[in-house]
This record gives sequence, C-alpha cells and structure tokens, in this order.
Amino acid sequence: MRLAPTLTIALLIGPVLAGLAGTIAPALGFFPALGGTSVSPAPFLDLFATPGIWASTRLSLTTGLLATAISLAITALVLAGWSGTRSFGAIQAVLSPLLSVPHAAAAFGLAFLIAPSGWISRLASPWLTGWERPPDLLIVNDPWGLAMIAGLVVKEVPFLLLMSIAALPQTRPGRSYTVTASLGYTRLRGWFLITLPQLYARIRLPVYAVLAYSMSVVDVALILGPTTPPSLAVRVVQWMNDPDLSMRFQAAAAAVWQLVLVIGSLFLWRLCENLLARWSVVLASSGRRGRSNGFGRAVGLTFAILVAGSVLLGLGGLVAWSFAGFWGFPDVLPDTLTARHWARHGSNMLPVLWQTVLIAVIATALAVVLVLACLQTEVTNNLRRGRTALWLLYLPLLMPQVAFLPGFQTYALLLGIDLGTGAVTLTHLVFVLPYVMLSLEDTFRAVEPRHMVVAASLGASPSAQFWRIRLPILLAPVLTAAAVGFAVSIGQYLPTLLIGAGRVQTLTTEAVALASGGDRRVIGVYALAQTGLVMLAFASALALPRLVWANRRALREAA
Amino acid sequence: MSLSLNIEILQNGVQMISLATDIAPGEVVSVMGPSGIGKSTLLAAITGTLPPAFCVKGNIVLNGRDITHAPPHSRRAGILFQDDLLFPHLSVGANLAFGLSRDIKPRSARRSRVESALEDVAMAGFYSRDPATLSGGQRARVALMRTLLAEPEALLLDEPFSRLDATLRSQIRHLVFDHARARDLPVLMVTHDAQDAEAAGGRVIHLT
Repeated sequence: MRLAPTLTIALLIGPVLAGLAGTIAPALGFFPALGGTSVSPAPFLDLFATPGIWASTRLSLTTGLLATAISLAITALVLAGWSGTRSFGAIQAVLSPLLSVPHAAAAFGLAFLIAPSGWISRLASPWLTGWERPPDLLIVNDPWGLAMIAGLVVKEVPFLLLMSIAALPQTRPGRSYTVTASLGYTRLRGWFLITLPQLYARIRLPVYAVLAYSMSVVDVALILGPTTPPSLAVRVVQWMNDPDLSMRFQAAAAAVWQLVLVIGSLFLWRLCENLLARWSVVLASSGRRGRSNGFGRAVGLTFAILVAGSVLLGLGGLVAWSFAGFWGFPDVLPDTLTARHWARHGSNMLPVLWQTVLIAVIATALAVVLVLACLQTEVTNNLRRGRTALWLLYLPLLMPQVAFLPGFQTYALLLGIDLGTGAVTLTHLVFVLPYVMLSLEDTFRAVEPRHMVVAASLGASPSAQFWRIRLPILLAPVLTAAAVGFAVSIGQYLPTLLIGAGRVQTLTTEAVALASGGDRRVIGVYALAQTGLVMLAFASALALPRLVWANRRALREAA
Repeated sequence: MSLSLNIEILQNGVQMISLATDIAPGEVVSVMGPSGIGKSTLLAAITGTLPPAFCVKGNIVLNGRDITHAPPHSRRAGILFQDDLLFPHLSVGANLAFGLSRDIKPRSARRSRVESALEDVAMAGFYSRDPATLSGGQRARVALMRTLLAEPEALLLDEPFSRLDATLRSQIRHLVFDHARARDLPVLMVTHDAQDAEAAGGRVIHLT
C-alpha cells in the first residue's frame, strides 16, 4: 500500500529510461550482440546519407506541428464561441464519444470517406464531377501529409476539448465573461484575452502530449500518411523490422533523431507560447474590444461539425464496407448487403480479439489498482502531489514511443529472450497508467472528506473507510477511468508491434497490417471490432453504476 | 462518562487555540466565536482529523483514556456536522447499521436494533429508503441516530443546526440534547448561533 506511489513512479520512468538507454547505445554504434563493440558515428552518418531522410524529417515536423496547432485552434474557437451556452451541451455530447474511437479506426474511416472512390466522391459523382470511375488522385497518402494531419486533428480535437472542459471551471469563465462583456468586449475577444491564458496553463501538458504523439505516430501514418518517403517514425519501424539486423543501428539512430526533433519542437512550441502570450498582453492593453462574434462562432461550429461528421461518417463507411456485396462506383450504397465478410473473418478474428481483450483487461486492472492505491496513500497520509510527479506522470506520453520502445528489442536480443504477451501487457500498462490517473484523480480527491471523519468517528478504520465508503461512492468514476484505460490499451499499436516482435497480435496491429492490402471489407470488419470493444467498455461504464445505484438518487445523478 | 480537555492547537508552530475544560456526563458546553477562529479545528483535534499544518499539545482524556494521539477510528467521539453526511450509496438502514457495533449479532439482531432506532425518531418503515429522498429534518434525525448507535463516549457538534429552518431547528436541537442527556454523554458544541448556546443551557466558552 505505502509502496504504491514508488512502484507507480518506477513503472512510469523505469521503462522509458531503460528503453532510451537501449536505443541510444546502438545509435552510437554500441551493440555487442550485432558486432558493434565501439562507439562510432557510423549509424548517424548512414542515417543522414539515406535518400529521403530530410523529407521524412520535414514530414514529422510539419504533420506534428500543424496537427497540434490546428487541433488547439479548433478547440479554442469552439470553447470561445460556445462554452457556457445551451448549444454547447449538444456539441459536447457529440464530440465526447469520439474519444472512444481508436486512432486507427478513425483513420480508416476518414480514408474511406476522402479516397477517390470514397463516399464524398461518390456523393458528388457523376452529376457534379463527371467522374464515371474513381479519379486517379493521390488524396489518401498524399505527399504533403494533409490526409494524415486531418486524421490526427479529428482525434485530437475531442481529446483537447475534454481536457479543457475538465479544467475550465477552475478559470471561472462565467465571471470573466460577465466582466469582459460589461467592459464592452465581445464574447470571443474576452475569452481569448482572459480565459484562454488561464485555461492554457492548465492544459499545457496534454497539448505537449498531442504534439509529441502527432510527430511520431506510426499507425495513423501507415494508414493516411505519405509513402515515398514516409514520415520518420514509420521508417524507424521499417528498419527495425528489416531482416538485415545491421539495419538496427540505423533504426536506433533514426529513433534518437526522432527524439531530438520532438524535444526541439517542444522548445519551439514553448517559444511560440511566450510570443503569443506577449502579443495577447499587447492586444489586451490596446483597448480594442473586437467587432463581431458571428464569424468566429460560425467557424468554430463548422469545424466542430466537420470533426464529428468525418469520424461518424467514417464509422458509417466502415459499417457499409463490412457488409457490402458488390459496390460499384459511383453508387452511394452497395448493391447488395451480406454478412459473409463478418462470418468469414469473424472466426479468424476471435483468437486475436481474445488476445486484445486479455491484454487490455490485465493492463487496465493493474493500472486501476495502482492508481487507487496511490490516491488512497495520498489521502490517508495527507500528501500533496507536486509538479514533479505530474511531469513524471506525463513522461511516457511526452516521450515518443518510437524513441524508447526499440530499446527493449536491444535487450531481448542481448539476453536472447522472446518478449511475449506478458511484456506487451506491461508496456501497455506504462501508457494506460497515466490516463487512468488523470481520469480518476480529481474525483477521488473531491469525495467529501467529512464522510471519512464521520466514518472514523463511527469506528471505521482507514481501510474500512476506503472499501465501504470511498470506493462505492466512486464506482462510476472508477469504471469510467477503467474504460479510458481499456481504450488506451486497445488503441496501442507500436508497443504491441515492437515488444511483441510480430508474434503478439491485437485487433489494432492486424487492422493496420491490412491497410496496405486495401481490402476495405476486411478492414471494415477489423476496425469496427476494435471500435466496438471500446464502445462496449464505455457503455458498460455508463450503464453499470446506473443499474447498481438505480435506487440511490445522489449517485445516479452524479454518474 | 466525561471529556477533559487541556490542549493547545498550533498552526505552523503558532498557537491558535488554547483550551482547558472538563465536560461532565450529560453536560453541554458551547464554544462560540467569530468564524475563522478555529472552532472546527478544535473538534478536528478531538476526532483526530487535524490537517497536517496543525499540531496539538497537551491531552484529551475521554472517560479516563488519553486519546490525544489515538487513531481517529478508535476514539469513540461521535460527531455531527451541519450537513447530515449520510453515505449516499447506503440505504437509511445500512447507514444506521454502519454505526452499529460489530459485536451485535446476528443479522436479525442488528436489523431490529436499527428498526427500533428508527422508531425512536418516528421514522419506522424507512429502513430501505434512499437517503437522498428524505427531507432535511428526517436526514438530521438519521444522522443523529447513526452517531448514537456507535455508542460514542462523547458527542461533538459542529454548527449542527445551522442548515435547518427555524421550526425544525428547535425541534432537532431538543432531540439531540435530550438523547445526549439520556445517555449521559458529554457534549461539546461549536456554534455562532447564540440561540443554540442558550437552548443548550450549559456553559459557554468564548474563543477570541
């Protein structure tokens, strides 16, 4: 119990540091198992001599920075224009469930939507475009990474929006609005000048996590990203999987290069934050009150609808393809519907599905137990979590996965062992833990402390207070945190691929592997199975407390 | 039963409250003073739930036991707050049974003890009700009975009546004081309502 915080911190930073060491050593040419016995610059020289390496580098920077900036801008615009209004409830209700759609499934859905033979093109053909067959355009996998940026934005906007909604009440936006409006500022201007700076300080780490993730993502890049050359992270994975083991040196060098790029971009981002902050002070002191709200609010709403629409229509596309018989272009719907694909791939999929669920359930259960133990230790010993601990919590999210996961293959090769399902599960735990903690900690601390004083005065020991009072009251938030953790595990691609070394298969690795084959019917089946699992978890997390506490109004309303 | 206090409470090393008094069985002592003076802190020192910035010197003796540093759950000092603080996930009956000593067995005996406690406050038949569906007065009565079923050796009251409206307030006030006297409990009440202190009829200590 008392060891829980130490164990958790060790779990968060241990793998990251060990993995980094295992990546940096081969990047410097030191890898005795493969004959690298002395430090040399050769891996980096090879890396920078590789054709297209600068294009890959540029892609990593542009996709990451643009996806983050656009997601943040949309989030801010939606909040500025609509938070605190009646319509915002509807926006929130539509965008929140999108968080449960795994990145890969959302990316496939988007691809099915915008591809030359996708729904948008079908809807506009032939009456508008004159196309009788799909045009030969490179929309998905475009060389600028635009499709990839769009795929990231539709997933990161719901994430940033939910993180912001959680932090927003602390900034007292209602009071600020009253003050700024009474001084003659428009809603938008007032929000950007007064509320945004306070809000941004509270969502800075999630924004950094989005930046690090977007720069180094692999699964979305494989589905939507450019191919000749692909972004840097994809090339790391390609070289890691190269049958020629000597490519591992170059892969490690590329992984370190990716890390340098992410750290550099984080500093660049920080610099821009400072510049924008100064500019906003200048603007705030200028006395300009803003002219009209209408345009900004309309733009915010349009983007919110675009984001929600593309994910939801994308899921619709997955459903349509997974049941499609013959489906010619430019028909909007398939000629015939059939359950054949589900029947045929379903039975192959079952063992993979089982494996996926097993890994997710174990990783989530461990994470929930650790998080509860940490938080309980914190409240019983009257501890306060400091800023350092918050950064440690975010460390696995800020560190690009592709920079430290290859290190574990180094150790596996060194020790001559196979990393199996157990190792994959533990790696998932590293990424599940922070999200479970972030999802649960505030509600855990917010439980009325006098309930515990009363329970103690009635003779309940600290452990009885936990099991009989705090945990039952927290049933709904604990289940929600578990669903978040489950979703994070289901969505993991790189840890499963690199730690499982191709021998551990989950729905995500299978679905992404199908991307290159381009059989939309199978992809539909796998991506929907993946999404369905996550939705089922969230649905249970919502339904269970309502059933258990059907007769307890105070908890039912809180659920 | 008696509660004897001879304590100093320090906040970050600076003395905040100093109090020495003995409360006899059945006696109600009221502590009054402006808000922020540390009235609730005084009760937290007795329940053993002081925030870490505070420390207590001296001793708190309850019925001959020095409980100054005992763990909160073994002090046997019952407390009532201005909010009823009924556990929202337990039925009315389960809230009461939570307070009941473990030694009362079997289940049927526990049940009948709880039922008779409900009858004592004219709430027979409320056993399986959701506490969220009770009126303010009913909740206050359940909270009182829950505290008493734990058989405390002292009763602490933290502005217990301030959330109730005027008619209910005097009714609940009498109920609490009557039950405490009937059990010979020493009662320490902090309040900023002079009527509370008046109704208690005991000594009044002004903190300044």
